[in-house]
Amino acid sequence: MTPELGQLALILALFLALAQSVLPLIGAWRGNRALMAVARPAATGQAVFVALAFAILVSAFLRFDFSVQYVADNSNLQLPWYYRIAAVWGAHEGSMLLWVLILNVWTVALTLFSRRLPDAFLARVLSVLGIISTGFLCFILFTSNPFARLLPMPPDGADLNPVLQDPGMTFHPPVLYMGYVGFSVAFAFSIAALLGGSMQQSWVRWARPWTNAAWGFLSCGIVAGSWWAYAELGWGGWWFWDPVENASFMPWLVGVALIHAQAVTEKRGSLRAWTILLSLFAFSLSLLGTFLVRSGILTSVHAFASDPRRGTFILCFLAVVVGGSLLLYALRAPKVAGGKAFALVSRESAILVGNLMFTVAAAMVMLGTLFPLLGDALNLGKISVGPPYFGLLFPLLMLPVVLLLPFGPYLRWGNSEAPMLKQVLVRAGIAAAACAVIAAFLVQGQLKAIAGVASAVWVGMGVVLYVLKRWRDMPRGRRYPAEMAGMLLAHFGVAIFLIGVLLSESLSVTRDVRLSPGQVATVGGYEFRFDGVTQATGPNWTAQQGVVTVTRNGAPVAVMHPQKRTYAHEQVQTTSAIDPGVTRDIYVALGEPMDPNHVEGAWALRLYTKPFVRWIWGGGLFMMLGGFVSAADRRFHVKREAEAAQTVTAVLQESQA
Amino acid sequence: MNPTRQRRLTIVLAILAAVIVAAALVVYALQQNMNYLFTPSQVQAGEATSYKTFRLGGMVKADSIQRSNDSLKVTFTVVDAGGAMPVEYTGILPDLFRENQSVIATGHMDGARFIATEVLAKHDETYMPKELKDAMAKAHAGKHIDEAANQDKQQL
Repeated sequence: MTPELGQLALILALFLALAQSVLPLIGAWRGNRALMAVARPAATGQAVFVALAFAILVSAFLRFDFSVQYVADNSNLQLPWYYRIAAVWGAHEGSMLLWVLILNVWTVALTLFSRRLPDAFLARVLSVLGIISTGFLCFILFTSNPFARLLPMPPDGADLNPVLQDPGMTFHPPVLYMGYVGFSVAFAFSIAALLGGSMQQSWVRWARPWTNAAWGFLSCGIVAGSWWAYAELGWGGWWFWDPVENASFMPWLVGVALIHAQAVTEKRGSLRAWTILLSLFAFSLSLLGTFLVRSGILTSVHAFASDPRRGTFILCFLAVVVGGSLLLYALRAPKVAGGKAFALVSRESAILVGNLMFTVAAAMVMLGTLFPLLGDALNLGKISVGPPYFGLLFPLLMLPVVLLLPFGPYLRWGNSEAPMLKQVLVRAGIAAAACAVIAAFLVQGQLKAIAGVASAVWVGMGVVLYVLKRWRDMPRGRRYPAEMAGMLLAHFGVAIFLIGVLLSESLSVTRDVRLSPGQVATVGGYEFRFDGVTQATGPNWTAQQGVVTVTRNGAPVAVMHPQKRTYAHEQVQTTSAIDPGVTRDIYVALGEPMDPNHVEGAWALRLYTKPFVRWIWGGGLFMMLGGFVSAADRRFHVKREAEAAQTVTAVLQESQA
Repeated sequence: MNPTRQRRLTIVLAILAAVIVAAALVVYALQQNMNYLFTPSQVQAGEATSYKTFRLGGMVKADSIQRSNDSLKVTFTVVDAGGAMPVEYTGILPDLFRENQSVIATGHMDGARFIATEVLAKHDETYMPKELKDAMAKAHAGKHIDEAANQDKQQL
């Protein structure tokens, strides 16, 4: 298939997206069922054409069609097939296409699973998604066409950046985009609710599973990115507060707030306007993330530079989406306010405090990320904000969240009585203190590690106590509905994450050493013997491969093979060797030969022991699982319209009362 | 006051308090962690004297990289069109650290030499960080900066 067919498919998709965005909106406004009915087939058709375009680009990569500029720039004859597929989203144009494809996947899923939504509401939701899709399709067609030809055709292509030639990188962008784009569904629901202007709150129940699923994907994507940075970049760090990482972290933080606010709105009707505002923010931050990563406006380890037209386009698009939705919010939000009052000690209050912390944290991250731009605009000079800024503020903001977390499930809606909470406080507090004392002996008084153990036990104990309480109090089969199980899983993930972060940050030992073959260095109780360097070859690289034998008290632990790879186009990439374990990772990265003409001699090596570092990603995966499990709750399945209408009126009467 | 108003007042006060505390902390943390970027000629002109740590950006001078014989200490010279600055660093240099390539080092001055605690080289050989390009352009306005350095390349 020729690449031009792909472009044609995109143009057809654009027309369908236009139809999908305009006609149902008019239909919903005028009450015209025929126009509303356009939404579903238009969305499906658009998805088919976008998928076709994507398939054509994939096949261009698989067939080495270097007459396509994008293929020639990002792959070559030696690149293995799996990385050629990953190369589709290895650079700007393809990742935008992936963005639109994923938006279409969400849209089609929505049309399939939401057949029972009221017609007008679904028409509005699909129309908002169509508007977003139109924007991105225009962006692709007018500024970053992945199908542009390169004539004459070169005999071989350039290379996919070696940093991206890693299994983690093949699925990190798609999963991350699933999360980013997933927030567009919550966004579309909110806009539809604002447009409808009705007092109904049932839309929140329909939106909840989508938000939870999107957040689960985003968690997974961030975990994958963090794991990739750890394994591939060779610095042994798992988070750098790099602008690109922050770009994905901001929607995540707002997403946490949104998930909890949606629960309040659905169950109690309170905080409606706030929930809507959060879903606008979550999606706007996803767009901002795309903008930050793609415009080249910020300097980061992910070096980008780009066509200024693209930056302008995304900036305008961002202004329209954010400005338009906030304007709509300002006009309509007063109408949707309402809900039941709650006391100071209640689940609502606790969630509100958490919400406040998460949104302030997102704002703090945004300030740190955009500050260099601000400084540039105000002529303060070339500034960058270092990781300690985030490292100081983020834990401070999360402290109240961690302290409140065990009480969460015990708190009642509306008004909560103190004795139960006191019991939790005493039990979790004693457990945390006891574990902290035991830990103090084991970690030689490292304060951070002790705090890590104490906070993790505090949070974990709260979850476990609640699990036991449900087990005792509730009859079989009604103990853990999916929604609650998801919540407990995610909260337990926080405990695991806390262990991972605080223990690995405080107990890791890092040494950069210079070793000649045969020499031994001792790091964190392990002896590392450097046995020299050999040659290794892969499908499209050659490498100098170090051999490092690790022993502990003379007993062998592992033989590790860190590599210094040279790819086809002279790009050099360090590939570290990791010996994984539940309680510790051993990590070896090859630096450089001391004398470049004499690689058999001494080398610089970076040796780490990293206790509990895996628990960081483990915690993240638990959180992801929590998002997915609670999204699957049967309560969220959309009821028939009649029943839904009944609930709405019931709720209305309730809230008016 | 009725309970609704009281609740609203509590919420507003809580938010206000949080905002004040957050703002104070942010200002404090920013003051501690802002790093300015200077080129060697700007440093030699005395522009960086008021900053304890800052970032030094420029090109690695050809034939200036010297390794110590028994440790990981390495010295090299960072140049721009109007100045040169010796840099000392102990540790492992990044993969793309080469002669005649752009580099950004974070650290402080010790006499006439710059002691780096972190050295970054950019992932892409033809790509010069935009902020470094701007800083070098500013350091000697009118001097030509290679446009090829800002080609359309990206990753992730």
